[in-house]
Amino acid sequence: MDGLQNYTLFLLCALLPWNYFSGVVNGGMGALTGNANLIKKTAFPRQHLVLAASAALFVTFTIEMAVLLLALVVFGVNPLLWIVPTLVLMVLLAVFATGLGLVFAVANVYFRDSAHFVAIGLQVLFYATPVIYPITLVQDVSPDSLVARFHIDSLYFANPLVHYVEAFRDLLYEQAVPSLTTIAVVVGCAIASLWLGLAVFNRFSGRLAEEL
Amino acid sequence: MGDIAVETSGVSKRFRLYHERNQSLKAAFMRGRRAKFEEFWALQDIDLQIPAGKTFGLIGHNGSGKSTLLKCLAGILVPDRGSIGVHGRVSALLELGAGFHPELSGRDNVYLNGSILGMSRKQIDRQFDEIVDFAGLETFIDTPVKNYSSGMYVRLGFSVAINVDPEILMVDEVLAVGDESFQRKCMEKFADFRAQGRTVIIVSHALGTMRSMCDEVAWLDHGKLQGVGRPSDLVDEYVGASHEDRTQAPGDSTSSGGSRWGSQEITLDGAELLCDGRVTSQVSTGADVTFRLRWTAPEPVAEPVFGMAIYSLEGVHVTGPNSQDVGLSTGTVHGSGHVDVHVPTLMLTPGTYQVTAAVLDSTGTHAFDHRDRMFRFDVTAGHPRDRYGVVSLGGSWDVAVDRAPVT
Ligand SMILES: Nc1ncnc2c1ncn2[C@@H]1O[C@H](COP(=O)(O)OP(=O)(O)OP(=O)(O)O)[C@@H](O)[C@H]1O
Ligand SMILES: [Mg+2]
Repeated sequence: MDGLQNYTLFLLCALLPWNYFSGVVNGGMGALTGNANLIKKTAFPRQHLVLAASAALFVTFTIEMAVLLLALVVFGVNPLLWIVPTLVLMVLLAVFATGLGLVFAVANVYFRDSAHFVAIGLQVLFYATPVIYPITLVQDVSPDSLVARFHIDSLYFANPLVHYVEAFRDLLYEQAVPSLTTIAVVVGCAIASLWLGLAVFNRFSGRLAEEL
Repeated sequence: MGDIAVETSGVSKRFRLYHERNQSLKAAFMRGRRAKFEEFWALQDIDLQIPAGKTFGLIGHNGSGKSTLLKCLAGILVPDRGSIGVHGRVSALLELGAGFHPELSGRDNVYLNGSILGMSRKQIDRQFDEIVDFAGLETFIDTPVKNYSSGMYVRLGFSVAINVDPEILMVDEVLAVGDESFQRKCMEKFADFRAQGRTVIIVSHALGTMRSMCDEVAWLDHGKLQGVGRPSDLVDEYVGASHEDRTQAPGDSTSSGGSRWGSQEITLDGAELLCDGRVTSQVSTGADVTFRLRWTAPEPVAEPVFGMAIYSLEGVHVTGPNSQDVGLSTGTVHGSGHVDVHVPTLMLTPGTYQVTAAVLDSTGTHAFDHRDRMFRFDVTAGHPRDRYGVVSLGGSWDVAVDRAPVT
């Protein structure tokens, strides 16, 4: 299917994962500061607050994706084969988003205005990710020199979300297996992000009750 | 569970005293640093063994680190040095209320708090009525807790904390905001806990309660452990020490006691306790004593009213005689002199007492000189031999048989 054949479906395939991602990052930011009272008065593993925020959003995300699946069926696509890979991908995205959520949760405790910067960052990221436009739009740009071309590409594709979004679109919209590179990036980024998130969190979680 | 419920060894906790704290990226960037702070040790090398099944008290002045220690034991703060071993399930109720979410209703908070304390939904369902009942908040349970009064807040928090079946209960000074009936309920609960062999760790400034409730207390002073021992000994020692800062040696007539106010037309220069004609700081129950207040009046003052008050160390106002109430006319005083209050039999039970003295104008409303806690004196056992309360009524006892058993 071409991107312009059914723009709504094309858009939703990427927009729903994107919304989930930005939801987790934003939710993670508020998870610690919004529960200061709980952290200062009770003992429990602090990461649960971020995980809970992420899990709650994941439920919504799953429902939205189920509706999208239904819509795809109505429009004559048979996505049943792709349900399991999509679920796996959703989990990978959840892991990736939660890892970042953990980092920003801590950042927001130390710098209460991080939320503003993250909001701006997310907005930039939104346009730097092929959510509302097809990725071919970027790939087709051909600046004069090869060098410039190389720079734009490597910068653009350094954004992990490009790969997540593309993977979703491949599975649901194009009904194709994502490329090996995409799969590798998606899995790698999920692991890396979770590792980073837990490392940062464990480093700072002992002092949360004092800093809040 | 072994014999020790909680043990700490060399626990130290350091806080940051911020002089400048840039909590926003913007400020941190503009000022070129995140924070400027000094380090401050709130706890230093605390070694404690809290035996299982005992009620353990923590006492100490404001800021001595009691709450900090309790938070370390509860796992909320992580000590910078040392180790803590906790053997048993802990439920903690820290200063001013549990970790409630202000926007959630009481009901939701019970579930939230219960699950944080390790209960399953089913368990909470089963306990729910009991929790609400103990807190006495049936009508308010669906109101957001931000609209609770502080007493209601603590009631609910305490009720959750004790109903999660903890092996170790930690309570920090919260009971003070509960009303009389709730405090009594709590005391009964503590007694139940003790009878059931659970450990209770409690922080309080209500020294009388601490004395009667605890099996053992620890005294913290500026973050250091000052001593661990029997409550009666340690509480006295603590109270003694905290008054030494404020009063000089007991019985010293020139001591500059606690707070002092007044317009100084007449001043109280000293007060002392006399027994057998000698100044003393220790008398026995039933002794014949005289309290002497020394005054100076640079200008003549008409009809001043002299008064004194005796307080127990726990702050009980035992008595407060004054010259106006007994109908004494003091005339016009000028120069310097003293006032004696003669007490033929001092009916105070053994303990330490403090004397406050004042001289007021003839209406008894304006203070010329009011001197709080001027000196302390000890009462030792004598006759009558009473141990409890602050006064002895000196009653005589008689046992009679009204009806002999029918044989
Ligand atoms: N989060 C914090 N950051 C910086 N300093 C702190 C923090 N918490 C406590 N302190 C400091 O640690 C010291 C001990 O405080 P703590 O609350 O333990 O006293 P306390 O013995 O409970 O006193 P009180 O009788 O008033 O309850 C105080 O000087 C306090 O200012
Ligand atoms: Mg305290």
